[in-house]
Amino acid sequence: MSDITVDSREETPHAHHHHPFLQHHFEDLGQQHEASTLGMWVFVAQEILFFGGIFAAYAIYRTMYPEAWSAGAHHQNWFIGAVNTAVLIGSSLTMALAVWAAQTSRRMLTVWMLLATLILGSIFVGVKGYEYYDHIHHGLLPGQSFTYVHAENPALTPGIQLFMVFYFSMTGLHALHMIVGAGLLLWFMYRAWRGDFGPEYYAPVEIMGLYWHFVDIVWIFLFPLLYLSH
Amino acid sequence: MTSQTLHDVRFSEPPRTRNYLNVDYGVFSWLLTRDHKRIGILYLISVTTMFFVGGFFAFMMRLELLTPEGDLLTSDTYNKFFTLHGIVMIFFFLIPAIPGALGNFILPIMLGAKDLAFPRINLLSWYLYTIGAIFGVYVIVTGGVDTGWTFYTPFSTQYSNTKVFATTLGAFITGFSSILTGLNFIVTTHRMRAPGLTWFRLPLFVWSMYATSVIIMLATPVLAITLVLLMVERTLGVGIFDPTIGGDPVLYQHLFWFYSHPAVYIMILPAMAVISECVAAFTRKRVFGYTFVAYSSLAIAFLSFLVWAHHLFVAGISLYSAMIFSFASMLVAVPSAIKIFNWTATMYHASVSWQTPMLYVMGFIGLFTIGGVTGLFLGALGIDVHVHDTYFVVSHFHYIMVGGTVMAYLAGIHYWWPKITGRMYPEWWARLSALLVFVGFNLTFFPQFIVGYVGMPRRYHAYAPEFQVLNVLSTAGATVLAVGYLLPMIYLIWSLFYGRKAGSNPWGAVGLEWATTSPPPLENFHETPVVTWEAYDYPAFLKAMRETQHV
Ligand code: HEM
Ligand SMILES: [Cu+2]
Repeated sequence: MSDITVDSREETPHAHHHHPFLQHHFEDLGQQHEASTLGMWVFVAQEILFFGGIFAAYAIYRTMYPEAWSAGAHHQNWFIGAVNTAVLIGSSLTMALAVWAAQTSRRMLTVWMLLATLILGSIFVGVKGYEYYDHIHHGLLPGQSFTYVHAENPALTPGIQLFMVFYFSMTGLHALHMIVGAGLLLWFMYRAWRGDFGPEYYAPVEIMGLYWHFVDIVWIFLFPLLYLSH
Repeated sequence: MTSQTLHDVRFSEPPRTRNYLNVDYGVFSWLLTRDHKRIGILYLISVTTMFFVGGFFAFMMRLELLTPEGDLLTSDTYNKFFTLHGIVMIFFFLIPAIPGALGNFILPIMLGAKDLAFPRINLLSWYLYTIGAIFGVYVIVTGGVDTGWTFYTPFSTQYSNTKVFATTLGAFITGFSSILTGLNFIVTTHRMRAPGLTWFRLPLFVWSMYATSVIIMLATPVLAITLVLLMVERTLGVGIFDPTIGGDPVLYQHLFWFYSHPAVYIMILPAMAVISECVAAFTRKRVFGYTFVAYSSLAIAFLSFLVWAHHLFVAGISLYSAMIFSFASMLVAVPSAIKIFNWTATMYHASVSWQTPMLYVMGFIGLFTIGGVTGLFLGALGIDVHVHDTYFVVSHFHYIMVGGTVMAYLAGIHYWWPKITGRMYPEWWARLSALLVFVGFNLTFFPQFIVGYVGMPRRYHAYAPEFQVLNVLSTAGATVLAVGYLLPMIYLIWSLFYGRKAGSNPWGAVGLEWATTSPPPLENFHETPVVTWEAYDYPAFLKAMRETQHV
């Protein structure tokens, strides 16, 4: 233990390596890159617990009220949900390509791929909005405007309202994450267009990708839980 | 050791250049700063302000409780005051206090880093804290909130007509401020350690802060989602905790305590971080059982997630799960006890110097032990059924949060004050205030154990006349305590102008933070330090110090 860890940082003199995006408190871009990716992983861990709370509550009620849950899921249009899932998976692909393009200095390809991600993400949110509109139209928005009554078994109605609280909260939080992601995409598109990224420095696009994939994965869980669990 | 050829930063007097305080004086150089040291100061000022806001409510409650009748404050006002007291003290003072003020300032320096990994996120975290606190102040001036700091449903969602939404939104936003601080600490500890600074050479402060950050990252988001669901329910009028549509209010309590029990360790682990540093510095010894103390922090972080339902023993959970949680609660006491025993063992046969920080450390050890042992009483199922919701509980958690964490916070403020400001505080006054805090604290809270045990419930503005003597003692103690807390405000500010200049290492301590000037320069060190020594390596340090002074 008494040996001194040989540190590459000492060998590269500071002035030698002044990349414009190297922040003053890091020794080199490698350290900066590692710090950013670790930061995003830790953030994702935090997000998992954030969604975890509501997933746990969902699981508890689902075991308590299986029939209401099944009836609630019946009100979701699984076809629209499946199309949206495909759109989102497509956006993950374009996002991954954007990271690769940034890393290999393909400037315009990075921009195009980020734009494609943005468009696919917007389609997803738009479709979600249409679904919301439809639910509200059918009196399925919980609270005062909840006018829906289950035809065959009115006793299920309160449970369906509970299900819809979950539906709106879970998909709403997910959509909020998408909207934040869209804002970030716009910013990184601008930076990519400006030519900031290259093999040495592409960490921002990479961690944007991590975030985007995480948000997609949340949906991969939401879709079966909310649409398919008859 | 192979280190002889290497230059050891601890023994060369660093050159005096501009420091982080005098590089720039403009208001924006503070409000837009990305320097972890300045952000630490911003936190210091904000949490101190909130401490006195929370203290005001506490003092008003103690005045009300001087007499058995509810004469000074109506029951409604009293409800609001204990709620605001709890919210301000927990969310806006105790949770951010040590990590935000001392951790921000000291942690990067201890690691030999120039800053935290994400300086802008660090500034953002202070702004989020401030926005949250502004919500808190807004609630205070526009009529308050009366749910208790725990926001239990369905009262908070369906019945209370006070400012619940704004308060929970404030708590939610502040939660993200601690998340960002925790994230920064974790990444910085992993990625920014100076060359040679291996994990087992880290000061125990860092280990404890790391464990705190892990809890922050894994527990706070659960509070966040819980508060979101609460706000949704309050807005829509129905929600997942609403019994009228089949929701379960006890689920709210589970989710809330899944955060809030770990949160009590978010409050106490940073205190333990400070205590380890002070014990080593004032006994001039390596902390006894370093590895045990380091790992016990991680053990606490882990176990703290397994005991939350001990707050729900009388909430209608099954006897079976109550027994399991009761048993698990006993386990958490083990790593805490390991720390207490190791600090005590460090002091054994040491020549302890009784400067102010060390007096606070002694206070901490005694009071935290009482708080922890009464925690075991409460964790024992049968006793808890008897004393739940009495002053016994109030006393228990104040022994830990005030007797423990606030004491440690004051120890840390005094210990690092020379580093932060470059000035020494007046020792005599500081010792006096440490004494007042200790006496005042015990006088305030010890009677509450008794009065709670014999049956005085918490959260009422009036009480049975036979409890009056103990309540008068308690209010008298609170007065002494208030003086004890106000004194440091005066003499610390005084010391900024008239205090003796502190050299870079006034305590003769080993940490890296003592190897740089006081106050530290903008990037903390004049050259990146290379660490070749073990943590708290006092024998070698003292020997080398004598030798360099010979030359
Ligand atoms: C030895 C470890 C500990 C054990 C076994 C323990 C046990 C308990 C139990 C069982 C309760 C619930 C009592 C009731 O409501 O009837 C309680 C309440 C409380 N404890 Fe602890 N505790 C421990 C350490 C701590 C620490 C370290 C802190 C804070 C830094 C703390 C802060 C609190 C608070 C704030 C409450 C009251 C919450 C409320 O109802 O408002 N405890 N403790
Ligand atoms: Cu607890």
